[in-house]
Amino acid sequence: MNFEIPAFLPAVPEMFVLAMACLILALDAFLPDSRRDITYGLVQATLAGAAVLTLWLAGPETQTTFSGTFVADPMSDVLKLAMYGVTFFVFLYARPYLIERDIYRGEFYVLGLFAVLGMMVMISAHNFLTLYLGLELLALSSYALVAFWRDSMRASEAAMKYFVLGALASGLLLYGLSMIYGMTGSLDIATVAAALRATEEGMNVPLVFGLVFVVVAVAFKLGAVPFHMWVPDVYDGAPTAVTLFIATAPKIAGFALLMRLLVEGLGPLHGDWGDMLVVLAVLSLAVGNVIAIAQTSLKRMFAYSTIAHVGFLFMGVLAGTETGYASAMFYIIVYALTAAGGFGMIILLSGRGHEADQLDDFRGLARRNPWFAFIMLLLLFSMAGVPPTVGFFAKLSVIQAAIGAGYVWLGIYAVVFSIIGAFYYLRVVKLMFFDDPVEERAAADRGGVFATAISVNGLAVLLLGIFPGLLLTLTHYAVAG
Amino acid sequence: MSTEWPILSLLIWLPILGGFLTLTAGRDAPLVALRLGLAVAVATFVASLFLWLGFERGTAEMQFQEFRPWIAAFNVHYHLGVDGISMPLILLTTLTTVLVVIAAWGSVKERVAYYLAAFLVMQGLMIGMFSALDAVLFYVFFEAMLIPMFLVIGIWGGPRRVYATIKFFLYTFLGSVFMLIALIYMYVQSGGSFAILDFHQLPLPMTAQILIFLAFFAAFAVKIPMFPVHTWLPDAHVEAPTGGSVILAAVMLKIGGYGFLRFSLPITPDAAAVLDVLVITLSLIAIVYIGLVALIQSDMKKLIAYSSIAHMGFVTLGFFIAFMIYRNTGDWSGATLGIAGGMVQMISHGFISAAMFLAVGVLYDRLHSRNIADYGGVVNTMPWFAVFFVLFAMANTGLPGTSGFVGEFMVILAAFRADFWLAFLAATTLILAAAYTLWLVKRVVFGEIGNDNVAQLKDLDRREFFVMGVLAFFVLLLGVWPAPLLEVMNATIDHLVVHIAESKLPAL
Repeated sequence: MNFEIPAFLPAVPEMFVLAMACLILALDAFLPDSRRDITYGLVQATLAGAAVLTLWLAGPETQTTFSGTFVADPMSDVLKLAMYGVTFFVFLYARPYLIERDIYRGEFYVLGLFAVLGMMVMISAHNFLTLYLGLELLALSSYALVAFWRDSMRASEAAMKYFVLGALASGLLLYGLSMIYGMTGSLDIATVAAALRATEEGMNVPLVFGLVFVVVAVAFKLGAVPFHMWVPDVYDGAPTAVTLFIATAPKIAGFALLMRLLVEGLGPLHGDWGDMLVVLAVLSLAVGNVIAIAQTSLKRMFAYSTIAHVGFLFMGVLAGTETGYASAMFYIIVYALTAAGGFGMIILLSGRGHEADQLDDFRGLARRNPWFAFIMLLLLFSMAGVPPTVGFFAKLSVIQAAIGAGYVWLGIYAVVFSIIGAFYYLRVVKLMFFDDPVEERAAADRGGVFATAISVNGLAVLLLGIFPGLLLTLTHYAVAG
Repeated sequence: MSTEWPILSLLIWLPILGGFLTLTAGRDAPLVALRLGLAVAVATFVASLFLWLGFERGTAEMQFQEFRPWIAAFNVHYHLGVDGISMPLILLTTLTTVLVVIAAWGSVKERVAYYLAAFLVMQGLMIGMFSALDAVLFYVFFEAMLIPMFLVIGIWGGPRRVYATIKFFLYTFLGSVFMLIALIYMYVQSGGSFAILDFHQLPLPMTAQILIFLAFFAAFAVKIPMFPVHTWLPDAHVEAPTGGSVILAAVMLKIGGYGFLRFSLPITPDAAAVLDVLVITLSLIAIVYIGLVALIQSDMKKLIAYSSIAHMGFVTLGFFIAFMIYRNTGDWSGATLGIAGGMVQMISHGFISAAMFLAVGVLYDRLHSRNIADYGGVVNTMPWFAVFFVLFAMANTGLPGTSGFVGEFMVILAAFRADFWLAFLAATTLILAAAYTLWLVKRVVFGEIGNDNVAQLKDLDRREFFVMGVLAFFVLLLGVWPAPLLEVMNATIDHLVVHIAESKLPAL
């Protein structure tokens, strides 16, 4: 076996993030609490630097390196850039929340950066092992993040649930992958796909058996029904700043997981996993939307709405067409952006010793602060899929992909449940605009940067809705390669 | 007139941007907001007059077209254009908005700038919806206008506003998502086009047509509204502030009728020919049953809301009677009459219902009650008001010489060609309209002064007089001289009838 030096260039963003994460980890140990902003600034600069590097290396061609275990293609470029952007907002929103709870420590940002690295590896994985490696890096960082507010019992409990179920899902994934390895003799995504195409005759029981485990693991990680039990508890129990993180950027990586595993690796088995995704989508849409109505905590409500959104994501993927993948990608990027704004809004209204995570905390917001109420209105209508916000185009594109693939009934089913979904989003709008504030609470002053960021986030939802063409074209380009 | 000057875009974006400007400039200065809002509304109205003047009569072609790529990935275009059906409705929208803004003067006291901004934005969205020639563009405007209306009813509405506005939103949303599915289905069938005019030419098998028809029906029947999905309307009307009721009745209900003409009839003519009995039956139920319901109302706004539903029954009857005429006589000539009658009825109802709701608003501003029982003998203290109110009430009953007569007469005439008994039924119910309206007038306007509050009433001020006067002018003008309006619509309706006469079933 010849040993040759692999091409490092396609992986330069990953190396940069890794180097910076280690550097910041070391540096942070020597910083006094009052200088924590240096850590924060460096982390944000790392994201910006990674974005610049990714942009610089971006190109229409597909490059693999490290013996074919790592790939840089248009899809990885677009997903990574979207992920950096969302994470940037997340870190920014998290800062005041952490300061007020005296947990503004370097660990949050360093763990976040390692999670980012994990996501980058997942997005660029071209081998099942690489994929697993990235997934575990992300997952371990996330468990630690949920637990990192040591004094909060709820957070510790949430972290335990998250860890146990997450580890179970990882185990299932490994088990499924090992069966596929047994049947195809390879862990390389392209080789597996080629082997599957060659042996497509008839139903291969062990292969489908392995596939079931893989799909279950993916459903666990994304939080699709019936593997969703951890989602509300973890979202609710984790500190809002952490919920904000795990609810947004990792979903983009989760989409990459779907694409690399199911579409690129096990694409020839589309007939099998497509049906499984149909079941998951049908259940997720129903359970997510219906149970969200009963919630009084906004974090839990968003958790169930995430479950419903995952159902929509699956609708795009199960279509099995390029349009479908592109629309699912569009959907997940839009979702991550909107959800970041939604959780950011909770942080905006929270204060020292007060969590604004109950629906009642939004009562009368339009009187206290009309501008932020308007921004929240845009975010909520985007989640509900009402034009002219971008959420409408996200739903339009996945429904169109599903109908184009012959799933007309699924399209009808999805819109019926999105009406039910509209109800609980409207209820928040109602609380903000039609009700009077319960008590006079001074609107927390979050400073200009936070206000600007969340305004940009909200207006982006509107502007992308008025001009959705660019992002849609980008996702089509990313999928077509 | 050529399209070099993007007048439709101007009509859409001027009020939307003007609305946001009003909001920013007038947030703490209600008077500034009112002046600015009025300026924007008047400017939009003036601009829309160019549409009327430059409109080429005698052609069914789309005019003032604008065509720009919008979303390349879906082949969606920013494609605008108007024909004889949409152009009068756009004028109705711009005129009504001016009146609503004037009526807000002094009547709305809370968050004035937001109120005006909501109406201006809504106006832009409604004009966009009437002029959109791309299905996605249409849908975006169609849905987007729910947001300002949702807020208008919810913020400035009456005691049960929250219930009413959520009901309003969910009903309309429910109907329209089915339309969305139908639009996407046709996009897939047509090989990737969202152009409404392409949909008109798209051959569709019968099953598909029926399902698409029902999907459109779900959207537009809720909007217009038809029995039995009308229940959101009385709630929304009663709880909405005056301006909201006016826009709802005068323009938003017309969207349903417009949708039937733009989508249901031309896209699924064969399904419409099969299912017309359903629509006609529901229309007749609306005319008769809802008329009876209106009779027993004790709330003025609710009464007018039910009367709106009954009047919209004539619109749908006029539109769908076409197929029955053809079946019974084998000739399409009467169809034009029915559709034109429905259109005239829509425009006329726009004026009359706006006037009726504004009149109730005038009373409500003074006594803060919509209860009929709280009034009586208003003529003694408000003679001018009584003059206008009686005039509009007469128009509402369809008295010859007012606009209400023209549309109903045309529809009934068309109905006679289809079936005598059907027409008989529709015509006799005019008595019902006379009954509930005149009874309302009697109880509110005439008789002895009902109570001390009524004795304190002041007659119309200049602003209210102006608003009422403008509407009275149009009601009478359209009543005695409907020719200009018919002239604008004729070519388009003829073209539509020719189109729906041809089967769109794919050749076997």
